[in-house]
Amino acid sequence: MKILVTVKRVSDPEAKLKIKPDGSWIQTEGVKFVVNPFDEIAVEEALRIKEKQTGEVVVVSIGEKVVTEQMRAALAMGADRGIFVNYTGSYDSYDVANILQKVVEQEKPDIIILGKQAVDDDMGAAGFMLAELLGYPQAAFASKVEISDDKKKAKVTREIDGGLEVKEVELPCVITADLRLNTPRYASLPNIMKAKQKPVKEVTVDALGAAVKPRVTVKKLTEPPKRKGGVKVESVQDLVTKLKNEAKVI
Amino acid sequence: MGNVIILCEHKNGDLVKQSLSAIKAGIDAAKATSGKSFLLLIGSGIDKAKEAASRFGADGVITVEDASLAGYTAEAYAIAAFEAVKSQSAGLVLATTSAFSKDLFPRLAVKLKAGMVSDILSIKTDGGKIAGFTRAMWAGSMVADVEVSGDTIVATVRGTAFAHAEAVSAASPITPVSVKIDQGALKAKSLEVIEHKSTRPQLADASVVISGGRGLKGPEGFKIIEQLADLFGAAIGASRAAVDAGWVPNDLQVGQTGKIVAPNLYIAIGISGAIQHLAGMKDSKTIVAINKDPDAPIFQIADYGLVADFAKAVPELVEEIKKVK
Ligand SMILES: Cc1cc2nc3c(=O)[nH]c(=O)nc-3n(C[C@H](O)[C@H](O)[C@H](O)COP(=O)(O)OP(=O)(O)OC[C@H]3O[C@@H](n4cnc5c(N)ncnc54)[C@H](O)[C@@H]3O)c2cc1C
Ligand SMILES: Nc1ncnc2c1ncn2[C@@H]1O[C@H](COP(=O)(O)O)[C@@H](O)[C@H]1O
Repeated sequence: MKILVTVKRVSDPEAKLKIKPDGSWIQTEGVKFVVNPFDEIAVEEALRIKEKQTGEVVVVSIGEKVVTEQMRAALAMGADRGIFVNYTGSYDSYDVANILQKVVEQEKPDIIILGKQAVDDDMGAAGFMLAELLGYPQAAFASKVEISDDKKKAKVTREIDGGLEVKEVELPCVITADLRLNTPRYASLPNIMKAKQKPVKEVTVDALGAAVKPRVTVKKLTEPPKRKGGVKVESVQDLVTKLKNEAKVI
Repeated sequence: MGNVIILCEHKNGDLVKQSLSAIKAGIDAAKATSGKSFLLLIGSGIDKAKEAASRFGADGVITVEDASLAGYTAEAYAIAAFEAVKSQSAGLVLATTSAFSKDLFPRLAVKLKAGMVSDILSIKTDGGKIAGFTRAMWAGSMVADVEVSGDTIVATVRGTAFAHAEAVSAASPITPVSVKIDQGALKAKSLEVIEHKSTRPQLADASVVISGGRGLKGPEGFKIIEQLADLFGAAIGASRAAVDAGWVPNDLQVGQTGKIVAPNLYIAIGISGAIQHLAGMKDSKTIVAINKDPDAPIFQIADYGLVADFAKAVPELVEEIKKVK
């Protein structure tokens, strides 16, 4: 079974971010970058499927050369090889889907797993756009994935509002990983060393024949108004008095 | 600029209240751009929902009804939505952000070859045209002005950022659109929906939300805060740490990667106040924090902070509120 999994380089969720003076983007100097947390979950799931079924896990990252750092992290977790799509311009989720479509057409994976959202742009669209472009079924917000014995279908439990849904999709399919799908493994030191030798193929958007023309562009960033803290109350009675007389919520 | 289509969600035959935010955003956007507004309902057994939808002053209600659409799949609904959108010359397609619209709208955007923006906070119009949107990025630490090119734009609307549409007396005309869906070609089917049984309001609809975090130590801790929730008819929320630990269901998670809420009163108990959690609740009207650590970041945004062990403070709070209620 061949599984394609995507890894996006994002700023560390713990990082304190600042806006560039011209407001065009965040300042990236001195900011730590990591694998998008939902993509880590996607990689882990791909590895688990491979470990049960045998096969290959191929990781794809799109961006400038530095994104290969995060790709190496996925290889250190156990992915077999990488495809680095070298692209330096701006892009939106639709472009990501367009690029991935071309990669999928070349690689013909049985399953494609992405994160449910990138935690920098918080868009949450690329996976489902890819599924539509390919004409594949999708299983969004997965918390459990079971592959049928004949390897023709996946039964996916998904996190929806107010509960869970069990959805059956034919392979090939697109799955997006939610928080509770698994707990990603740590890469061991020997595996981090081994990952340096794993093959990474570099391709360009042009060579793939993918159209990239962002429909969505960020014009300006601003910081939202800060909420001011209030007071510390002395006791439970004090709190109740304030909630009743000041906030008038009781 | 063309018309505005607002896809409405329904559950057990009723229109979902959260959709009222997108309805309001869409009707206003249509007015500002001299377009028409249409509410779209897809499914089967939706008589009550479409009757309700016809009462918001939209120019029309479009329905796609078919037995094959009884169970939701993104694959089938995207086809239905696409045909409905095409039946009007729509320039903007909206729905309130939810698990449903997040799953469906990117597929619809590709069918329409349209740019898509998620979870918008506002729609800017200029000279009778849609000029752009604002939306949160990086866990709400930034607000971005975004522009979207192309003839059609697909967007999900943050429920807490728009007021609810209000009912009017005149009824909008209801127009059915028929769509043939070949179930066999979909390659996907819904096998089962497992609803979390709860008599409490949904997080998004509640005017009071009581949330618990890792500080509650386990499911028993949530039992304690439920007594507080009972007094207010409140929804229960949780931090990711509590969800991760499996103490409460995933759909109770409040935050960047969970639900965004802005109730009248939000009480955070045993929650430290990480930015990812704040992203989901910092627009609440009144925020109360109960935490045993006086330096917990949550106190920096709470209107009222109580430094205390929840196991002692919450039962006391329940008793005190009972006295004054
Ligand atoms: C990409 C990403 C996305 C995320 N998305 C979300 C999200 O959507 N929502 C979310 O909530 N988090 C999210 N997180 C996690 C977030 O960063 C925090 O780790 C999480 O919110 C912490 O949960 P907590 O406050 O319950 O736990 P902790 O940070 O461990 O805080 C527990 C608090 O309980 C207090 N406490 C302990 N005992 C008691 C007691 N007896 N009485 C009273 N107080 C007590 C402690 O003083 C402490 O402040 C995300 C993280 C990442 C990386
Ligand atoms: N530059 C990228 N390289 C690789 N994968 C990406 C990239 N951008 C987005 N993705 C994938 O698409 C998912 C959804 O992204 P988004 O639509 O931006 O929220 C992410 O979780 C990634 O798996």
